[in-house]
Amino acid sequence: MAATAGTRKLNAHAVRADFPIFEQKIHGKPLAFLDSAASSQKPRQMLEAMTTFYETSYANVHRGVYVLAERATAGLEGAREKVRALINAPDAREIIFVRNATEAINLVAYSWGMNNLGPGDLVIVSELEHHSNFVPWQYVAGKTGARVAMLPLTDDGELDLSALDGLAKDGNVKVVATNHVSNSIGTINPIEKLAAWAHEQGAIFVCDGAQSAPHLAIDVQALGVDFFAISGHKLCGPSGIGALWGRGDLLQAMEPFLTGGHMISSVRLEKTTWGELPHKFEAGTAPMAEAVGLGAAIDYLQDVGFDAIAQHEHELAAYALGRLSEVPGITLYGPPADRRAGIVSFNLDGIHPHDVAQILDMQGVAIRAGHHCCQPLMHKLGVAATNRASFYLYTVQEEIDQLADGLYTVQKVFA
Amino acid sequence: MFDDMYREVILDHYKNPRGHGTLDDPDAHADGQNPLCGDEVSIYVAFGEDGETIDEVKFSGRGCAISQAATSMLTEMVAGRTAVQVAALDKDELLEEIGIPLTPVRLKCAMLGLTTLKVALHKAKGTALPEGLAGFDDLDLS
Repeated sequence: MAATAGTRKLNAHAVRADFPIFEQKIHGKPLAFLDSAASSQKPRQMLEAMTTFYETSYANVHRGVYVLAERATAGLEGAREKVRALINAPDAREIIFVRNATEAINLVAYSWGMNNLGPGDLVIVSELEHHSNFVPWQYVAGKTGARVAMLPLTDDGELDLSALDGLAKDGNVKVVATNHVSNSIGTINPIEKLAAWAHEQGAIFVCDGAQSAPHLAIDVQALGVDFFAISGHKLCGPSGIGALWGRGDLLQAMEPFLTGGHMISSVRLEKTTWGELPHKFEAGTAPMAEAVGLGAAIDYLQDVGFDAIAQHEHELAAYALGRLSEVPGITLYGPPADRRAGIVSFNLDGIHPHDVAQILDMQGVAIRAGHHCCQPLMHKLGVAATNRASFYLYTVQEEIDQLADGLYTVQKVFA
Repeated sequence: MFDDMYREVILDHYKNPRGHGTLDDPDAHADGQNPLCGDEVSIYVAFGEDGETIDEVKFSGRGCAISQAATSMLTEMVAGRTAVQVAALDKDELLEEIGIPLTPVRLKCAMLGLTTLKVALHKAKGTALPEGLAGFDDLDLS
């Protein structure tokens, strides 16, 4: 993930000026926003793109023959091409707009899983999964008679690939589903190896890219995955839009997920036939302004440069691990800095994360406290919850200092 | 600046919880959890000779200062009251005792003990259920 020689260095203070949210104070303090893994803040360029679209180009897409409808359609389809380029998918028709990564994974679990899983089949997920890439598989497995197994973690918080062959003895492996980057502890998973192993078993590989697409240059073809899910709101786009990429042959063979308007070829009382990709999977009016916003967000991030973003976050993670490890009574979770994204999870001895986060909020510091939608992982770590600080392109070192100083204040309150 | 939410009485109840522990053969019992943060509270109740008046309440579990301190205060508040009275206990009475401003998320923390106690009494005595029952794994309404 290290930037190559010659990569432009990211100037986070300059980037920050593009984000209006930082113009305010919280409880009289500068805002230290360290919860970008939950959702990112929005640059002015993205907000203006959506406003301009509403003010100049808004109408329903695809069906109208008038100028506004053509502009709106161009906006939506232009955004689809930008998502394709973002993850280097072979064909924009394989990009399905959905609400978020959770819906993307549900689409695969229902449309592929319901029709391809049965008794004796096995879905392998990992102990690192967000509930979004575990619960849909558990649910569909329950409906189809398939089983779900979990790939365990090493003590360093990384996936134990040596356990894969043992798990495969328990059934026909049909699906392997893991995240690219752990939302809880920041582990970057070896997707190429996992996907190759899945294919050796004759399984499909489903990658939850919600935490990687905002931060790393993605090439779904090089990764070798079959499906890749992203959430727009985590990469500076608006809420309410995400995307699923799937291999064309798989998408072609799949049943639709949602049915209704727009996704049809012909409708008769006796039978309805499905539209072409991507329309087969996009029932109803599309989130077109959101798509335009997502496209503008992608432009913004590419202008800054994903290598520079990854390098910046890597430096912040290393700095944060250094600063936080000086705090007495702290436990840090996850792999070493060189093998993690900009996410640092920790606990303070004897102080519940809710209390830590509440007292930090009083000091203008926003972090996440809870199970991060990863209860199996929390169980593995032996905790009910952790504190999580997460970074993005607009994060500056001063915010991490504000966090570290805040933790000493938390300890004073509870001393 | 932290006096509002983390005033001394809250921290005192958190560090020295009253009624902390379990009862071996409780007359009423329930396990509650807050699905938002994974906090857990188990409540154990012993009734007096009349079988209606609460003689003793114990609690165990893990959670934030607000949930643990509020449950500690609750065990003192309800001793000597009947099951029916506690089932009708208004949350504002407990909030007044807690005496700190709470955001909506932290309100759920503060109410975890009371909700769990009401479920325990419902199971043992058929008293009214509390508002909002999500997260009560062992609640059997059949």
